[in-house]
Amino acid sequence: MGEFKVHRVRFFDYMPTAIRAMAFNAHTERLALARMDGSVEIFNFTDHYFQEKVIPGKDSRSIESLCWVGGRLFSAGLNGEIAEYDLENLRPKYSLEAYGGPIWTIISNTQGTQLAIGCEDGTVKLFEVLEEHIQFERNLDRQKGRIISLSWHPSGTHIAAGMMDMIRVFDVPTGHAVQRLLVDRGFGGSKSRETVVWSVAFLSDHTVVSGDSAGKVQVWDGHTGTLVKTHLVTKWDVLALSVSKDESSVVAGTSEGTVIQFQFIAPTLHQQQDKEWVRTRTFKNHTHDVRALAEIETAIVSGGMDTHLVVRPLLEKFDENIEMAGFDPVLLLFFPQRNLVSCAKKAGLLLFQFPGQLELWRLGDSDEHGKPGDRLPLKRKPEKLLLLKRKGEDHICCSALSSCGGWLAYSTVSSVLYTLHTSSASPRTPPRCLLPPANHQSSLLLLPSLSASMCTPSSPSQVSGSSNMSPQLGCSSLENHRFLLQPIHLMTTSGDGKWLAAANSDCEIHVYNLQKLKLHCIVPVYGSCPSAMGIHPTTNNMTVVHADQQLFEYSIVEKQYTDWSRKLQKQGLHNVWLDRDTPVTHVTFNSKNPNQVVLHDMHMFCIIDQSLPLPDQKTQFYNQMTLRSLSEQERPSHLHAFKICKTFQDLLCVSLLDDQSLVVVERPLLAITSQLPAPVRQKKFAT
Amino acid sequence: MATLFEGFTLCGLVQTSSASDSAIQGIELDGDSDHAVVTDSTRAVTLYKVSDQKPLGSWTVKQGQLLTCPAVFNFQTKEYVVVSDNKVIRVWKEEDLNLDKAFKATVSADVWRVHSAPGGELVVLFQRGAVRLLDSLLSAPQQPIEGILSEKEVIRWSTNIVAEKQHFVLFTTEQRGEHFLYVQRLNPNTLQKYRLEREDSGASPLSFSASLRDKHINLLYLYPNGCVYQSVVAVRGPVGLEGVQALPRSLRLRLPVGEGELGAASAVALDEAHVAVVGMPHPSARTGKDFLCIWNTNFQTLQAGKEMVGRIRGQVWCYLGKLFVPHGKALSVIPYECQKSSLASALGKLRHPGIAVSKSSVAIPSWNTLLHGDQPQGPTKIVDTRKSKLRRKSQSAPALTVDQVLELIKTGPVEEVRREVEALVSRGDAQDLQLSVGRLACQLVARSQVETAFYAPGALARLVQTQCLCHSMCPDLLLLALEHKDYFLCQLCLQLFPDIPEVVTCACLKTFIGVPDGDVEMVSLEPDSVSFMEGLVAAGARGGQQNGFSPPLFEDSCDPHHQPKPPQHQDKKNPTLQLEVCPVGLHKAVLLNEVLQTPYSDNLLVPHLKDLNAPQVILFLQYLQFIYLKYSQDVYTQTPVLRSPTMTQIIDWVCLLLDAHFTVLVMAPDAKGLLSNLQSFVKSQVKLFSELGKIEGSLQELHKMKPSKDISQYSIEVIELF
Repeated sequence: MGEFKVHRVRFFDYMPTAIRAMAFNAHTERLALARMDGSVEIFNFTDHYFQEKVIPGKDSRSIESLCWVGGRLFSAGLNGEIAEYDLENLRPKYSLEAYGGPIWTIISNTQGTQLAIGCEDGTVKLFEVLEEHIQFERNLDRQKGRIISLSWHPSGTHIAAGMMDMIRVFDVPTGHAVQRLLVDRGFGGSKSRETVVWSVAFLSDHTVVSGDSAGKVQVWDGHTGTLVKTHLVTKWDVLALSVSKDESSVVAGTSEGTVIQFQFIAPTLHQQQDKEWVRTRTFKNHTHDVRALAEIETAIVSGGMDTHLVVRPLLEKFDENIEMAGFDPVLLLFFPQRNLVSCAKKAGLLLFQFPGQLELWRLGDSDEHGKPGDRLPLKRKPEKLLLLKRKGEDHICCSALSSCGGWLAYSTVSSVLYTLHTSSASPRTPPRCLLPPANHQSSLLLLPSLSASMCTPSSPSQVSGSSNMSPQLGCSSLENHRFLLQPIHLMTTSGDGKWLAAANSDCEIHVYNLQKLKLHCIVPVYGSCPSAMGIHPTTNNMTVVHADQQLFEYSIVEKQYTDWSRKLQKQGLHNVWLDRDTPVTHVTFNSKNPNQVVLHDMHMFCIIDQSLPLPDQKTQFYNQMTLRSLSEQERPSHLHAFKICKTFQDLLCVSLLDDQSLVVVERPLLAITSQLPAPVRQKKFAT
Repeated sequence: MATLFEGFTLCGLVQTSSASDSAIQGIELDGDSDHAVVTDSTRAVTLYKVSDQKPLGSWTVKQGQLLTCPAVFNFQTKEYVVVSDNKVIRVWKEEDLNLDKAFKATVSADVWRVHSAPGGELVVLFQRGAVRLLDSLLSAPQQPIEGILSEKEVIRWSTNIVAEKQHFVLFTTEQRGEHFLYVQRLNPNTLQKYRLEREDSGASPLSFSASLRDKHINLLYLYPNGCVYQSVVAVRGPVGLEGVQALPRSLRLRLPVGEGELGAASAVALDEAHVAVVGMPHPSARTGKDFLCIWNTNFQTLQAGKEMVGRIRGQVWCYLGKLFVPHGKALSVIPYECQKSSLASALGKLRHPGIAVSKSSVAIPSWNTLLHGDQPQGPTKIVDTRKSKLRRKSQSAPALTVDQVLELIKTGPVEEVRREVEALVSRGDAQDLQLSVGRLACQLVARSQVETAFYAPGALARLVQTQCLCHSMCPDLLLLALEHKDYFLCQLCLQLFPDIPEVVTCACLKTFIGVPDGDVEMVSLEPDSVSFMEGLVAAGARGGQQNGFSPPLFEDSCDPHHQPKPPQHQDKKNPTLQLEVCPVGLHKAVLLNEVLQTPYSDNLLVPHLKDLNAPQVILFLQYLQFIYLKYSQDVYTQTPVLRSPTMTQIIDWVCLLLDAHFTVLVMAPDAKGLLSNLQSFVKSQVKLFSELGKIEGSLQELHKMKPSKDISQYSIEVIELF
């Protein structure tokens, strides 16, 4: 296929923030995840753990706890407010001061009628969940000391509250505390320190399970208030507990980064009735505190200070097979599954999106030519052209750079949209707000290649385009006739600016004709969310990659799948391709060779050459090494369409510039890890 | 370092009638490395087996005939060649018993020498300067021999050298006080004539020695005033240059000649840095010129010396690591060894690194300045010049020259001498401060030694402080200072001299230990070292432990639950360990510290250490233990600026003392506690090293780890996809 000059970029200092809280909605199979910077992410567990929605953070917001009530998501934080999120417009719907000081935890009863929060001032406050709002109902008996954790008995009559040095059990109807469970302090030097009950779980048989700062997981009888069993699991803190749906298993997350499973089983085979809580398994997928845990039916999901989300499947039946296959079933989700990097293909510029700022870089240059594997001497170093800090408290949720590099836009939740003409003469022109701070609240921005217009999905049902042939500013919106509930999460335009495609979380892809400002067609709905798409600049064929790794090519003009796509679907994608665990996040094309499509996920990039035969299941899929070793004559018989390069890892962006050189933006995980705070000290062997 | 080993006598010598003539004409090598062909001055050629010191064969010419050239060995034909009566060339083999029956050829001109070298043909040098190959000469013995030298020009010395298949014959001639060097190349034959620079005194060179090094012929010659010069002739020199060229020379060495000039002396180059000189006085011996010495020309240090009994005839040959010296009634063979000399070995061991750097910047380049006449460029020099400018302004009286000061020293009063010396030194612009300082110091010391009343501490201290002086330049200085109990000067010398012999170091040590505390406390010493010691003692007075650390020494290793005990407890447990009080006075300790920091080499030091008596050893060990404890307690944080003994130096000295006096210490009852403490020193050190050894394993793993490819923030790479 040929040689490529690769700009290997590692200066994007993207730093994900720590995971603080997690809530799993068993009904919709969505996991809500809150990070330290106040952002909330929704993962769809039915669709390959696809990161469906991201609600950007805000400086003043802190989230300590998340809670689903039906399909509604609530959060509470140390700023003392309860917030509900608008999952359609991807922003907080409203927030409510609870007047109890910082809130440590929020839970709902199983019926979904009430919310309870634990406050710093020692009160447990109950809120009634109304149709569009929540309403304060009453306080339970006020206690001395803060309420750190809460758990509602499935029947709804009792609440267990973890406090300092004790656990209280409240009778909800009367509001009185009925039990007082004293938690021992730690040994040695920590004896003088109060024990914090970080987490409690109230099981339907009135068993209370607690995890505390002395490193204990304790099992209590909630009726009598007696301690049944103590498991000392760590020298440090047990920070999180999660109970499986059938209450047969409890997992505990510790400061050491371990997740420990306890199971309610009979210790001997003969007495199946006498069950007790036994510590069974220990998982170590984290280096730092495990702050959030969720045990779902098939997996344990955990997250914490080390910023990545771990999905550990509980494939108990297949454990042996998996071990024999040498296959690590653990899924680690590191990067957001959307673009933080925009690349101006013509100008060779990169735009990096941070929560608080944008950075515009010009790539370096080299005159030299080299053999494959060489590193070329630089003629010009990369240069940071622009550092644009956002205004206000809201974090930047999306940004875009036009392919000529002349236009730059970003947006925050509070709907202000800035664009900037980054002409080469004075790249430091102050940002100009070209769109009035109107009702545009955009989660996605796109600057089409012609730099003539800008597209933004402003509300779920609307795509607005602004043609900004500066200084005149035309603004038009594309009304969608269909009633859409889900927000648009992907958008792309064709090279000639005629077509716009927008995909939403309901897996629908709408294609609009921008010249007529009308809906052109709807791509047949596929069962998995599109994770990346792109419209070919010359053929106007749209390539769509879904979260389940399926790949389609749709001809916009003919309103049907192309022959190549049909052939691919007929033959089926290679299993190796389908088994990858990170979604494709970017699709670009080679302007010189219409047959070539460039895709990438976190661990590889792939150039698909549509002129070559498709691989069947028997073909060696990763065949670059083999091809390298073959002679020129033998090679053609071994070629197939998927050319995969794994030289570069931890990819955030791969793009093919117009001068045929590749840009690869890497963010090595090691660099992220090295910026994390030090983990708790653990005695390791030989240290 | 070079060493002269114990020599042995190869053969006795016949006393010749005239005193100046030597009994030996020459010594040449045989095919066997252990053989030597000795030609005596009259009639006999003897072949010796050197290691057995016995003759293997002897050949003599008839009465009335005379050998006029040393016998040489023809390495190609395994024959011996000698010339008798100037014109008769005789060739014989080892089996031949009678020289008269050997092959004889008479040539038409007088022969000066026959030269032989391994790998080269025999060459005959005629007295008039012509050169012939022996083979061609023997094929036509009566061929006419041209005269090259002018009338009254006589050959003084000759040699031949084979370099790169090129055969050279070198010979020097004298003509009316002028000396010339002829370099005759063979095949093709060219002759180059050089004129040697005249020595000021007009004296003739006493000896020549030529050696081949780096494609250059190095000619080394010694003058009666002790100067050893070197001239370099390129092997591929300018051929075809007509006329006489001046031969540039460089001073390699200036030997101390004592009174008068050298009479019969000879210098031979051993390697590029070492020169063996015979017939010169030893700097530390008072009288006599009967020494064989090896000097390092790079550092101008005396490396080895040996007294040769009997009259030295100024002859020395050097073959295969052996020096052949005829002296008195015997020909001695003295094996020698020249180790590759480095600065470190020249300066001795355990130089304090910081000091070494700062000092060397001044002291070491000065060798070059001395030899090559460059301007000294040390930092001290600059300071001095600045000072001297000030001084010059203030002083109206013209300063005295070095020679004038030297004269003054011979007679003048102490105070005046001090003033003039100071003026001279601080003027500093004298071309060769180094030399003049040495001369001044020697003169001062000499006078002090003669006149007991005369002692100029100020002047001497000033001279030492120039840092241009070293022990070998003025060997009596330090001993003189000791004699006069001038401890300040002693300290200066110990600090600034890089080359104090171990015997002197030991003498200092002995004096310092033995001196009563009261005597020393009055002396003013160098303030830095005193303040260091004050700090150390004061830290001890504060006592106790810092940061809860107690030296590992006190910990009973068997007791893991050892709790730090209050100091009183330790007192009772082991009273000798409580060394809060320094066992010696403050100033005494300062002086001892200087001894500790003196460079030495342990082989040479241990024998002298045995001179100390048991109480002295115990006291010194106690002192060493005291500072060791202070250091290991970490109470006193070492200031790197101050000159202070390092931990290694302390430990080394402890080891040396124990080596030298172990039996004495074991027997002495009062040393028992000390010894057991020292054992715990060792234990703690061993423990430390075993811990370090454990770490080593882990660290080595780091090396094994695959070196990760250094990936920068940005790079442009080339990949190929197929």
